[in-house]
Amino acid sequence: MRYHEQISRFKKWQKDPASSGIDGLSINFDQDIPALCLKCPADRILEVASILQEGRPVFASLVVEEDGGDWNLGYFFYGDSNEGLIRLGTSVPKNRPQLSSLSHLLHAVDWHEREVEDLFGLVFEGHPGLGDFVLHEEWPEGINPMKQGFDALTPYPHREVSPRWRPVSLVRARGAFMMPIGPVYSDYAESAHFLLETVGEDVIRTIVRLFYKYRGVEKIAQTRTVSEALLLSERFTGTSAFAHSLAFCQAIERLWKCKVPDRAVALRTFMAEIERFRHHVAAVAAIAASTGLGVATSQAAIMEEELLRLSCRLTGHRYLFGLNLPGGLSLDISDPDLRGAVREAREVLQRFQDLRRLLTYTSSFLDRIEQVGTVSRECARTTGLVGPVARASGIVKDIRKVLPYALYKDLEFACPNEKEGDGYARLRILFDECKESVKILDSIAGRLPGGPVRTKQMEPRPGAAMGWVEAPIGAAFHWVRTGKDGRIERYRISPPSFLNWHGFHLAAERFAFQDFPIILATFGLSVAESDR
Amino acid sequence: MTKWILKGLATGIKTTAYPSVPETAPGVSPGRPGTTYFADKDMELIKHCPAKALFGKAGSVRVDYRRCIHCFQCTRTEGYPSIDWEDGFEWASLAGYPERDQVSITPLGRPFSRSVHIRIVDAGACGACMSEIAQLGKPYYNFHRLGLFVTPTPRKADILLAVGPLTDHMRLALQKTYEAMPSPRRVVAVGTCALSGGPFGPSFISGAGIHETIPVDFSVPGCPPPPLAVLHGLLLAAGRAEPVPLKSRDSARDNPGKEVR
Repeated sequence: MRYHEQISRFKKWQKDPASSGIDGLSINFDQDIPALCLKCPADRILEVASILQEGRPVFASLVVEEDGGDWNLGYFFYGDSNEGLIRLGTSVPKNRPQLSSLSHLLHAVDWHEREVEDLFGLVFEGHPGLGDFVLHEEWPEGINPMKQGFDALTPYPHREVSPRWRPVSLVRARGAFMMPIGPVYSDYAESAHFLLETVGEDVIRTIVRLFYKYRGVEKIAQTRTVSEALLLSERFTGTSAFAHSLAFCQAIERLWKCKVPDRAVALRTFMAEIERFRHHVAAVAAIAASTGLGVATSQAAIMEEELLRLSCRLTGHRYLFGLNLPGGLSLDISDPDLRGAVREAREVLQRFQDLRRLLTYTSSFLDRIEQVGTVSRECARTTGLVGPVARASGIVKDIRKVLPYALYKDLEFACPNEKEGDGYARLRILFDECKESVKILDSIAGRLPGGPVRTKQMEPRPGAAMGWVEAPIGAAFHWVRTGKDGRIERYRISPPSFLNWHGFHLAAERFAFQDFPIILATFGLSVAESDR
Repeated sequence: MTKWILKGLATGIKTTAYPSVPETAPGVSPGRPGTTYFADKDMELIKHCPAKALFGKAGSVRVDYRRCIHCFQCTRTEGYPSIDWEDGFEWASLAGYPERDQVSITPLGRPFSRSVHIRIVDAGACGACMSEIAQLGKPYYNFHRLGLFVTPTPRKADILLAVGPLTDHMRLALQKTYEAMPSPRRVVAVGTCALSGGPFGPSFISGAGIHETIPVDFSVPGCPPPPLAVLHGLLLAAGRAEPVPLKSRDSARDNPGKEVR
């Protein structure tokens, strides 16, 4: 069954609830979010989820909210065609916060459920791996910071870690050794900890320990004004700041029914593609560096710096901070400047393609990335990988195509995909996407509408909405609920890196230890984005 | 392999000549707001700063760079004149925390004038600061030419470069790194988050900067500070550059003889 057939089945049930055969299932369409909402009692959630997964939906986000004496849970999904979101909702009473885990049906929700258990104290029955996750072992059990009443601004006293604490190791074999990597590195890597269970050269099991950089963005955003939360939305991950602030702004604009001027929409699309281009160039530099190819690293790094300088000259900031605002942009960019930017981007792309040609003829480089870190299509689908990593494994899902936002509906661009799922396929995707990004830049600069770039007409309205973008790393979903006074009541970020780190171990296992940094680089994930 | 060598040679030298020659290429630095004299009615601009980095003094708006996060609200808010925007990037200074005796802070000194080894700790940074630090090792900035190196072990490190508001989960790692460094050692806090917590701290899970846990000697403000600002901070810690005050630089009106860049 395809996703759109699934949607039409649910719409049929919406008209005739009895025909579904599930007690207590109600279906309605929420215009605000916007999503087709399925709501069922907590004890029926497995049944509904198994019907839902027949349509092979892609998991987007799990949003938990406090509603009086209940916890409201919403699992969000999207499909492979432009049919919108589905929200699978249920609620459990606070005094008995237990429900069935969906992780064996939809493996992609696995880490989301672990996160919710840690931060909200909900127990997912049947989940194999609950426990310390976001909050590490020094955090007391039973204290859940996302609960209302937990003070976000007071430092929290911690218990000491028991000296007997050890990470769980599973491999029992002669010569088995657990190799710790991180969280402090000898170079410029972000803080994350990897435990590699090795026997000799081979990595048998990879454990990714994240959230060293957990800054509690979702908690500290609560009770803040929209303009304060905007700062968090763009600064929790500096290297894809524009994409995430765009998702946040789109959620606010959808909720507050604000029409963004055409010129701002076009400029936003333009800047988002500049960011994607710069991000992918940096990712290629990291891949070249991981294989020790000095000249290629330098070449890509030169282009990265040139794109950073281009961003700075266009918008005043090298990482596009301070540009997005709910209602448009803080700055107009003149048409000649944009055309100049496109010329420069085209020139950089030219050199980038030359670099690609050289790389494809360097056998020592190809030996290290070909058939290394392979993720099969089936594995990529079940673990819910997104973005370039998923597209390298044959999953053609791009939010710009399946849930078009900004100007993408009217733009012609290809969605590159590869089948092999190895490091080389991921590298090719990065190169191909850059080409498409510059094509998009070109077509926007050619037909930019005039007019203002910002609207002031915004009335705060209580409610909740979802905003989404295809960030450079993949699909990002931002859920925003505001109150009557326009302040944030709940902010939920589902970053693509979080989904992809969940599947990272698939690629890093069964390979030699020295391949690990290369696999890590070809995944190109951000720790700050995942940790929030 | 010859192809790569030829490619490298054909590219030529991209590296900046800073600090011997001032770097003026457009886009190397976003610049930052500076002390600005306003009419009384426009002093209200202070209220529009979401980071609470602006303050009024003697008819002028000044900037606390430990808090400024480059959100551009003070130059792009409708109905107000724009704050003066400074170019340049030589932003590093002594740490400037009142609880620390500033006179006791000295640069590393002569034995380190040709070779300084750096350890970097990401204590919860968003990635932009790390990316800017990483640029230093790349062709446009190439800090190896100045004898600055990133070291694989804290035992050989002279300078600790700390980034991020210091999340709880990184506190132990930062402390251990600092303790493992031999003296003389210097700590350079890079970025607004490392100096004041930025938009994240203080909160239940992150602090209000690195100085709460380990003594900070030098500050590099900025969100993120551009690569050359970080380089300025490193040169300062090595005793090879002059500091500038952390609070907004004195304007031309206070100090007519001094040039404002």
